[in-house]
Amino acid sequence: MALKTILFRAGAYLLVPCLFLALWGFIARQLNNEVILPYVGQVAELFLQPTESLIAMGSLSINVAISLVRVLAGYLLAICIAVPLGILMGYYGTAFRLSNGFLALFRPIPPLAWVPLILAWFGVASFATLFGVQKGPVYLYLNNLKFSMIFIIFIGAFYPILTSTIHGVAGVRSTLLDSARVLGAGERDIFRKILLPASLPSIVNGMRIGLGVAWMCLVSAEMLPGSLSGVGYLITHAYTLARTDIVIAGMISIGVIGALLDLFFRLIENRKFVWTRLSR
Amino acid sequence: MTDVPILRIERLSKVFRTNNGGALKALAEVTFDIAENDFVCIVGPSGCGKSTLLRMIAGLETMTTGIIGYHGKAILRPRKEIGMVFQEYSLLPWRNVLNNVALGPEFSGSPRGEREIKAMEYLRLVGMEAFSQAFPHELSGGMRQRVAIARALANDPDVLLMDEPFGALDAHTRILLQKELLRVWENHRKTILFVTHGVDEAIYLADRIMVMSARPGRMLEIIDVDMDRPRYRAHPSYGQLAERILSILEREADVSFCDSSTERYEDVIR
Repeated sequence: MALKTILFRAGAYLLVPCLFLALWGFIARQLNNEVILPYVGQVAELFLQPTESLIAMGSLSINVAISLVRVLAGYLLAICIAVPLGILMGYYGTAFRLSNGFLALFRPIPPLAWVPLILAWFGVASFATLFGVQKGPVYLYLNNLKFSMIFIIFIGAFYPILTSTIHGVAGVRSTLLDSARVLGAGERDIFRKILLPASLPSIVNGMRIGLGVAWMCLVSAEMLPGSLSGVGYLITHAYTLARTDIVIAGMISIGVIGALLDLFFRLIENRKFVWTRLSR
Repeated sequence: MTDVPILRIERLSKVFRTNNGGALKALAEVTFDIAENDFVCIVGPSGCGKSTLLRMIAGLETMTTGIIGYHGKAILRPRKEIGMVFQEYSLLPWRNVLNNVALGPEFSGSPRGEREIKAMEYLRLVGMEAFSQAFPHELSGGMRQRVAIARALANDPDVLLMDEPFGALDAHTRILLQKELLRVWENHRKTILFVTHGVDEAIYLADRIMVMSARPGRMLEIIDVDMDRPRYRAHPSYGQLAERILSILEREADVSFCDSSTERYEDVIR
């Protein structure tokens, strides 16, 4: 590609964000009230020193890292349960009829509505409680993984992954299953070599949506009692101290990381699943 | 030779249950034998249960009544000795041609190197060895069916069931593949049971043609084709045979309108 086209394309991507920043700067100058809208420079400064401790609760980067670990913990748990369950429900009509009515009742409940119940069940218990660690650096890490948070993130990610998996498996062309059976495939082969690869594009799509939802549940999860870290906590705590610049920096971090995770999945989809677009 | 044929189908019927609980008779008391190394074509009006018949022999569909015997043993589930080629879209789209053809040996646990050698051998047989690394979506319909045939053969079956394998191809490719199939069959003797709705195709390929009735499918006539191969479509007896089969099918088309099953499924299968 010619340098000119590359520059032109990069320019197209950056044009709207630049206009947005300019508008923000203009309004901030007009308002001249950094609690309502801080200057662009104030927020940018926070990103230039991401390791500096903020309002006595750790740096921006440490809080982002903590949040990321939490999301991944709840998210991986959701994958481990939703994918096998979805494959069974998509393949066996009985499994679907047994569980779908039940699961459909819980689907419309927003993850946040679980909070009182979750607190009653788990309180401030964390992985540190589970492993019986009382102090030391390991305790600090594990104590950040509260059951209540993991549960909320899990609930958020679970349904998109489950639905896409069921949909993917149910949509596998029956000729593929028949021809595999005729060639001598056992039930194990059918699951591993036909159903799983055939529905993988749909499963990965569900995983992408699930990760987005999990990431969105983060702020609500980190508002729960017992939370003393994470971007969500940083945002709510900064709000009570009228540090709007930190609020905005936290929001931008959430947005950028969410977009990067999404991009990562889309790259996988484009590289691995070319066949879904090209074959009917 | 024993007098047990390679395939014996006895009083085979199939009744499907429709969504509203009614009974759909697909096949009614079909009986016939297939001798080893025979090339048999089944023709019949669409919806006469010929695909269902094939699927039952493959072990993919349960029978309502009757017996299917392979060398005198009942077929209850798919087995390695009976291979099948479908009309289309049976290749795994995420696997390349080589790994598609190697699927049968892979399921029976043969190591990678061994099954790839075997797959290449059969790809060579159907003239597709140059495309071993291609993906199904990169191939034309005719090429895909060649690969599907190679895949079925690589599993080394005795019986090859073919369910309108060339039905989705254009006329020219179809004729080309019919020729190819005969060549493969003459070099690797298999028993072939080939379902088609093309009378021309059946006469070109078969030793015997079984003509089925409209639903519920019954065996109307079994015709031996006494013509040397390669057969010429311009030959007078070719045309006469086509005429004869077409007139049988035409009579069937007239009576098929009175097909109505108002019985309930439970009453029929009792």
